[in-house]
Amino acid sequence: MSIYSRDHLDKTGVGARLLQVHQRSLWTVVAGEKTMETSSISVIEQDGHGVPAQKITRAFERAHAEKRGVLIPYFMCGYPGIKASVDVILAAAEGGAEIIELGMPFSDPLADGATIQHAGHIALENGMSIQGCMEIAKQVSARCDATLLLMGYYNPVLSYGLERFCAAARANGVSGLIIPDLPVEEADPLQAAAYRHGLALIFLVPPTAPDERIAMAAQRTTAGPGGFIYCVSLSGVTGSRQELPAHLQSFIARIRAATQEHPLPLAVGFGLSTPEHIASVTSYAEGAVVGSALVKLIEQHQADDPAAAVKTYIQSLQKQ
Amino acid sequence: MQPTPNTYQHGFYPDERGRFGDFGGKFVPENLMAVLAELEVAYKDALQDPAFMAELNQELASYVGRPTTLHYVPRFSELVGNDVKVYLKREDLAHTGAHKINNALGQGMLAKRMGKKRIIAETGAGQHGVATATVCAKLGLDCIIYMGEVDIQRQSLNVFRMKLLGAEVRSVDSGTKTLKDAINEAIRDWVTNVETTFYLFGTAAGPAPYPRIVRDFQAVIGREARQQIMQQEGRMPDQIYACVGGGSNAIGIFYPFADASDVELIGVEAGGSSMEPGQHASTLVVGRPGVLHGAMSYLLQNEDGQIMDTHSISAGLDYPGVGPEHSYMKDSGRASYVTASDATALKGLEALSRTEGIIPALESSHAIGYLLEQGEQGKIPAGSLIIINLSGRGDKDMMTVAKAFNVNL
Ligand SMILES: Cc1ncc(COP(=O)(O)O)c(C=O)c1O
Repeated sequence: MSIYSRDHLDKTGVGARLLQVHQRSLWTVVAGEKTMETSSISVIEQDGHGVPAQKITRAFERAHAEKRGVLIPYFMCGYPGIKASVDVILAAAEGGAEIIELGMPFSDPLADGATIQHAGHIALENGMSIQGCMEIAKQVSARCDATLLLMGYYNPVLSYGLERFCAAARANGVSGLIIPDLPVEEADPLQAAAYRHGLALIFLVPPTAPDERIAMAAQRTTAGPGGFIYCVSLSGVTGSRQELPAHLQSFIARIRAATQEHPLPLAVGFGLSTPEHIASVTSYAEGAVVGSALVKLIEQHQADDPAAAVKTYIQSLQKQ
Repeated sequence: MQPTPNTYQHGFYPDERGRFGDFGGKFVPENLMAVLAELEVAYKDALQDPAFMAELNQELASYVGRPTTLHYVPRFSELVGNDVKVYLKREDLAHTGAHKINNALGQGMLAKRMGKKRIIAETGAGQHGVATATVCAKLGLDCIIYMGEVDIQRQSLNVFRMKLLGAEVRSVDSGTKTLKDAINEAIRDWVTNVETTFYLFGTAAGPAPYPRIVRDFQAVIGREARQQIMQQEGRMPDQIYACVGGGSNAIGIFYPFADASDVELIGVEAGGSSMEPGQHASTLVVGRPGVLHGAMSYLLQNEDGQIMDTHSISAGLDYPGVGPEHSYMKDSGRASYVTASDATALKGLEALSRTEGIIPALESSHAIGYLLEQGEQGKIPAGSLIIINLSGRGDKDMMTVAKAFNVNL
């Protein structure tokens, strides 16, 4: 057995559309042989493709087996245009991105810096909507095998309807959700809907989070169908920075320690932009998220070929 | 007993999750959760500290000038007609000219007690910005005010006052360039500088514990008014009117009367230039529940959950959200919410100025104009005893009012 014990799916009832997922362990990277508490959740099985969130787990497992990290680029749906955003996302997948965050624009993105604010603003002007993001996910998932995560603020999701949103996300090939203004205290309604549809709900953990809150996020994630911890590298909003924060590695070590009971892959985001950043971060974490730097790159190449630029950049980030 | 969310229960909310029935909560980036918890603990601790409360009351008396008067306005009452008797709760007489100082002083003292020396705040009309800058000057705290570019233009006098008081005013040019965007930018600052910074939030909205803290610091308005009306009239009022932006002056006067079920509570929202989408700020009247700025509450949003543009002649009411306790009061039927247009507000402003020699803020003028028009239409029961919360004075609005009356200053 590999150090990762695979999930073990077990159909309950003949022809039942309900799958009981008995999770022995989703992720035991550091804990080695350590087995986690058994937990089970109900998942609506609609399409015979298994539990969507496990695609995330498999991506991390593959990368681990190949002794590398997972690069997770972020794109704003509808930026710089609706069709153009599909092209850049597909280019990222071609360049080797295995997990991709699809940003859903919101009029009031209070966790974002100027770059992503601007991209969201343009996307909304281009008529992007939640339904539009679902269409983009559908087109992308039909044309590449990358694992898709939807990332956006809570109100548009709530307005679309939590159940309807999760059903649509799953139907359109999405594996998980990231909602930056939804802390664990407020997450129950969306979490229930997401888990019912086999979607991961990924929590963000910033440097100010005390150990108990980190453990709480990990415990919720491991009780679900899959996922990872999104480690926010710094106290602040999104936006690329020149240097990695000084205490990043020790912060990741603190998360690792605080999540020992519920081991999960750790992906670091906020502020990353260079191949050196990615190489450094993936030497102690399982994944690295790049957002604002890509949005800027797309803006710079709007007039020529943003997709080609994105592909080259994604490749360069994985070279080190 | 656990009350059901749709019956009003006084004194029960917020619960431990910061909820008022279905509304409220803490919908914020995780980076703020620890500091919100710290604030909650510090606030509860301060409430239990007799020395803190004594100092606050002392400052409210000698610095703010409390109690403000409950002032009978006979000539304005006559305009309303039907033998109604109208009293104004004179928050316009408070230091800096509006109710905002009650909350700014309380939170400023709390910040100092917590050892936080860098204060940030948002402002719309500039009244909360001025109040915050005032308190920071007095307490020796650094002060940064976020204000939308549109509001900076229409409230230039208040911008100058803030600067004179030593504050840095940062112009916000994102989104609609008004109060909502100033709050977004202040939250971004807070997320970034969370360890050193106290966010002195100006209205009874935002994530828990702000709606409760702001209500508590503003409830002095209603406590005084209740005592004063009993002394002056020997009975409780029939109706209380207050304008509603984020909802702080309204909750401040409503809350201490809310246990008296015979007292009708009426919140007046900004009807702007028309009730077409984007032309008003009548959140409770035509909005639907959603999440903005950390709380579940009524919101002006489109069918896709994007926050809508708003318009009001008064910068202080120009906001697509509202405090969660008002959403609870609306859904439970404890208070009712109505709307008054820009024109109605101007009419109220002019009427009160001419009959009583009191120039009200454009925000407060919405409540005044609404009552006046209801009276003119014979909709106010004969002999009603009424209090209007006069939340601020109109000096700051003279440029806007002159423009509306086609006068070049
Ligand atoms: C005089 C005055 N009244 C009312 C308001 C509206 O705020 P709130 O609804 O929080 O009382 C403001 C806001 O700036 C104000 O300056």
